[in-house]
Amino acid sequence: MPLSQHDIDREVAELRDAYEKSRATGAPAAHHPSRDYAPYRSSVLRHPKQPLVPVQADPETVELHTPVFGSTDVTDIDHDLTRQHHGEPLGERITVSGRLLDSAGRPVRGQLIELWQANAAGRYAHLRDQHPAPLDPNFTGVGRALTGDDGSYTFTTIKPGAYPWRNHENAWRPAHIHFSLFGSAFTQRLVTQMYFPNDPLFAYDPILQSVTDESARQALVAAYDHDLSRSEWSLGYRWDIVLDGPSATWIEEGRR
Amino acid sequence: MSSPQPTPSHTVGPFYGYALPFPGGGDIAPAGRTDAVTVHGHVHDGAGEPIPDALIELWQADTEGDLSGAPGSMRRDPVTGGYLGRNGVDFTGFARVPTDADGHWTVRTLLPAARPGHAPYISVCVFARGLLHHLFTRVYFPEDTEAHAIDPLLASLDAVRRETLVATAERATGSYRFDIRLQGEKETVFLDFH
Repeated sequence: MPLSQHDIDREVAELRDAYEKSRATGAPAAHHPSRDYAPYRSSVLRHPKQPLVPVQADPETVELHTPVFGSTDVTDIDHDLTRQHHGEPLGERITVSGRLLDSAGRPVRGQLIELWQANAAGRYAHLRDQHPAPLDPNFTGVGRALTGDDGSYTFTTIKPGAYPWRNHENAWRPAHIHFSLFGSAFTQRLVTQMYFPNDPLFAYDPILQSVTDESARQALVAAYDHDLSRSEWSLGYRWDIVLDGPSATWIEEGRR
Repeated sequence: MSSPQPTPSHTVGPFYGYALPFPGGGDIAPAGRTDAVTVHGHVHDGAGEPIPDALIELWQADTEGDLSGAPGSMRRDPVTGGYLGRNGVDFTGFARVPTDADGHWTVRTLLPAARPGHAPYISVCVFARGLLHHLFTRVYFPEDTEAHAIDPLLASLDAVRRETLVATAERATGSYRFDIRLQGEKETVFLDFH
């Protein structure tokens, strides 16, 4: 019998209950998903069973430095996904703006942000996505930008559609945009997904629910911001991103 | 002021292939360098099957041990919006390569130098569909046996686990092989920097 949404919901609830019990007995908050999260079936054979080996990093450790990117790595229109073809893409035009911060709340300056997403109909411009929804000849769904001096970024795009996948019977991903971030140390590398507020699919999605901590889950949901909306043009969403992990300056300052 | 909460990680998913990889993504060694080496391997899951939708990133020091890197890994063409490739001179220290249908990846690079008391290595970050949070590991090189004995990480591991971090020299081709096993027998050592 194929796995049903009900089966997945039960597993999700059990793991969430176990997390909340552990919190009640003093366990620290888990900001990131467990790599071993069976409701997302693809994780079962793709997570290590041995514990991670802790590294005592110091400011000269390779991973506390980072790849750098510059003006040659992005073009002037990479931040505007609606201008990459001859015509306008179909869908609801949006801007997504926010700041890229480190775990001390400091802006990450001049660093590369990449994003990719499905089109308004919920289809990726990827040969292996055979979901029977139309491709949009005027939308690829890839954007890049360098953060400003205050860590700020802005992308103009269209709101992606929800789409089905094969984790279980009648599985649907809530609309989301994939983000890839670099910090001031390779340890701060992050790939994640941004969601849109009040999506009715949240409760059914084992990928979002893999973040078992309620407030951590909320950090993945952008806020609708009317001040970012532009009259007769686009709707605005705000989403700040906070990178985890130590950096060289973080460790140097911690030692003072 | 309290520190902000970190944004949770999510899987890279199956459809990053038209967005993140770029032409020349594995060419860390500037074109024409005669001392370039090839580092390659497969990525396997817990059933021993190759993973065709993993993404591997490498970050390393240059041959002098410098960790500054340089921009230009994914240099763009402002005329067409396409890619120009690297500029042939700068050492960016960064590679990004997707695995192919056989779960195989390849980069061409220069051997990094290390500071005293440490063995040279390349930092590796692994992303994949099914992997909710990326994993860090390291490629060490088999000829550095003396440095391995004093390297803080390698010296802390038992022999079986240590072996998963040391590439195999392939004499015939002059290349290094480094397989990554996410789970199971000979599971690669993955690292935690917190």
